[in-house]
Amino acid sequence: MSAFTLPSASLLAQSVLSGIFVGALYGLLGLGLSLSWGLLRLINLAHFAFAFLAAYLCFQLASLGVDPLLTLVGIVPAFFALGAGLHWLMARFAITPFNSLLLTFGLMGIVEAAIQSIWTADFRKLESVYASQKFKVGALFVPVPELITLVLAVAFAAGVWAVLRFSDLGKALRAAAEDGPIAAAFGVHRQRNALLLAGTCSALVSIAGVCLALTFTLAPSQMYAWIGVVFAAVMLGGLGSAIGPLVAGTLIGVSEAVTMAVTAPSWAPIVSFTLLIVVLVLRPGKAA
Amino acid sequence: MRTPLAIVGVAVAMAFVPRLGLPAFYDSLLYLMLHWIVLATSWNILSGYTGYFSFGHGAFFGAGLYTTSTLLARFEWPFLWTLPVAAAVAAVLGTALGAVVFRVRSVRGELFALLTLAITFVVGTIVGNTPIDGGQGVSLTAVPVPQVGPTQSSTFYLLALAAATLTLLVAWAITVSRFGAGLFAIHDDEDAAEVIGVPTYRYKLTALAISCALAGAAGGIHALFLSYVTVGEVFTITVPLTVVLMSVLGGTRHWAGPAIGAVAITGLLYSFTAADNAIAGKAATGAILIAAILFMPDGILPRLQRAWRRVVPARARPAAVDASAPAAPAPRPAAPPAAAGDVVLRVTGLHKRFKGVRALAGVAVEVRRGEILGLIGPNGSGKSTFINVVSGHFAPTAGEIVFEGVALGSRAAHRIAAAGIARTYQIPRPFAHRSVLDNVALAAMFGGGIRSPREARDEAMRWLEFTGLADKADARPDDLNLHQRKFLELARALASRPRLVLLDEVLCGLTPAEIDGAVALIRRIRDQGATIVFVEHVMRAVLALSDRVVVFHHGELLAEGRAAEVMQRADVMTAYLGQAHA
Repeated sequence: MSAFTLPSASLLAQSVLSGIFVGALYGLLGLGLSLSWGLLRLINLAHFAFAFLAAYLCFQLASLGVDPLLTLVGIVPAFFALGAGLHWLMARFAITPFNSLLLTFGLMGIVEAAIQSIWTADFRKLESVYASQKFKVGALFVPVPELITLVLAVAFAAGVWAVLRFSDLGKALRAAAEDGPIAAAFGVHRQRNALLLAGTCSALVSIAGVCLALTFTLAPSQMYAWIGVVFAAVMLGGLGSAIGPLVAGTLIGVSEAVTMAVTAPSWAPIVSFTLLIVVLVLRPGKAA
Repeated sequence: MRTPLAIVGVAVAMAFVPRLGLPAFYDSLLYLMLHWIVLATSWNILSGYTGYFSFGHGAFFGAGLYTTSTLLARFEWPFLWTLPVAAAVAAVLGTALGAVVFRVRSVRGELFALLTLAITFVVGTIVGNTPIDGGQGVSLTAVPVPQVGPTQSSTFYLLALAAATLTLLVAWAITVSRFGAGLFAIHDDEDAAEVIGVPTYRYKLTALAISCALAGAAGGIHALFLSYVTVGEVFTITVPLTVVLMSVLGGTRHWAGPAIGAVAITGLLYSFTAADNAIAGKAATGAILIAAILFMPDGILPRLQRAWRRVVPARARPAAVDASAPAAPAPRPAAPPAAAGDVVLRVTGLHKRFKGVRALAGVAVEVRRGEILGLIGPNGSGKSTFINVVSGHFAPTAGEIVFEGVALGSRAAHRIAAAGIARTYQIPRPFAHRSVLDNVALAAMFGGGIRSPREARDEAMRWLEFTGLADKADARPDDLNLHQRKFLELARALASRPRLVLLDEVLCGLTPAEIDGAVALIRRIRDQGATIVFVEHVMRAVLALSDRVVVFHHGELLAEGRAAEVMQRADVMTAYLGQAHA
């Protein structure tokens, strides 16, 4: 059993900060998953594969000299099309939520194999102008790539929330999620909206993938390591919620970081999963 | 009884494979196939049969694996003796988990899958951070392999063969038993299953325990097969996803489905690894999964069965019974030969609140033996809630329900069904994957207490004749029209031979001619000794059928008495039609 050591105040503060940063990535990765699950009733595991594919594309373009953030110009539309295409396929075969989980797992295996055959199973790290940049606020170091992730995560969560809350499109999407046929009877163009939303989810996750490339070392098999914790953030945050995954992700990230600082890093997974179990058992209504 | 003999026969034949002197690598391939057969089939016993897809099979498999490795490495137990312990530890873990999770009504479907996945990582983290593993993994290279077969690899093969045979026998035995029928009913509609008398909580827990024990034993064998075990390779998402893939590919509603999927996937992966092309194997597995979900959502085995049925035409069915003149089954004497007119159900001070909403506020009703009591009242007045509380679907907030002198309290619905109360649903809730006959047989088996599935079917056939559905016995509920589905609800309620039947708007949505038929049928139900409480809006039927009515309004009793008289009362008319403004 690892010994408990009480870290110093500045180390603790630095842990909280790094927890916030990794939590923002959880939130950004979970945003598309939450929307797809909550509003389309499709559990898209392939999101994790899409994130990694986007990360590798970003890595590839950056190694050719393109600024990593500039790669978004190409990556986002491409993944929008990919997500919309996948949704078209699943809608055509009237896939149940559970089968969507299995189907997208199959897709995940294919993408993993594709990534592995192109970029090999070795670890890859994106080298860019941002990589080593950091500045100091008081006693705390703030790395720039992580800060970019946080800003993007907050901006997109807020943006999606505003669209869902205030725009006609958002209202139509929420109405269709609650009762599709009735929404259609009231003039909601379900198929078009669903394609749009599925594309957006996929585009969002590709942005998360670029952030992933900026902040983490990449290996194809790593995509599975994110599933559990991002699912936890999505469930905790509430399905179909835009802000929820970010808040829950940050909560998980911070509690993991503090756990790592207080005990050993290997204990970190227990925090998120225990939180998830507690939420599911005590408040299952909130998650569903 | 041909199936278990076939399973054992194949197993005995396969036990001679090591004598053929094949290269050891065949033993390993066959071992892996059998290993996955055990894991996939054991997973299917809970998840395929009941529809509770567990992603926690890695945790149960891992629990068995680490039990065996700990006993071997730390306590130097003989290997074979560790296997029952491995099975027991996994079963205890599963039972403890199920005891908590299965109590929460809404943890179904995806939520159950996620929860069990989370358990996997929690257990894995604990194992990795404690001396059980210590983060370094456990090496078992020094442990002697027992001499079961002529060589080491054949020993593992024979152990896995024994485990697979046992697992398949268990999986088969469950599908033909009353227990299995209950599990399949849970899959289709858990609430309806509970209401016809299936002890859903206990059944799910038992299925989970069996499933875990088998996975634990497989884990125990696999520990020594690997001879070096690490947390990172055991408590992953790969084990559960692989067994899900195998079972879905093979077919989850049949005992042999997962085994077929396991052989197919293991063989496929092996052929790719053998050809030094593991990456292509991964991609091919993914593609097969996608194709299977899209084109064979029920799996390979049901597809083959359908093809087989086309080749070999179904045996000719006996001519349908004349449905126009159904014969009522011989009435069973009402349990205690009590005089008609004594109180069979006494409800006092019944309250039911849903968060802020007051659905029932102090209802007191007495139902006398042999009568037909109509519950009427405007929409939202609490009639259906009353039925839901008496049948045990909801626990009462306060109040007493006494049936034949026994207080029902907050008893589970299946015990209320066993006590002799049956109900129908306003919107029929048949078990969609079972035939019409099996739907009714389930009720005879559980609420009616007939243990033998065959006798239950005979009993069910009598009730189908009674309700005029005999010629639909082999049909699926989806093929019935609304009128027939309503009668199926009735037949299912009656097959448990209840002494009190609660009917929730059986007539709603029927044409006038169908209503006349249903009214006659309800009279015949009473004539053979059952007491009937029915909720109804069709006033013509209420007047024709009821001996007495009670009027609900805002969760309270407004009036009670003979239908024709009660309906004349000013307050009742106001409740129904609103205040006159003129």
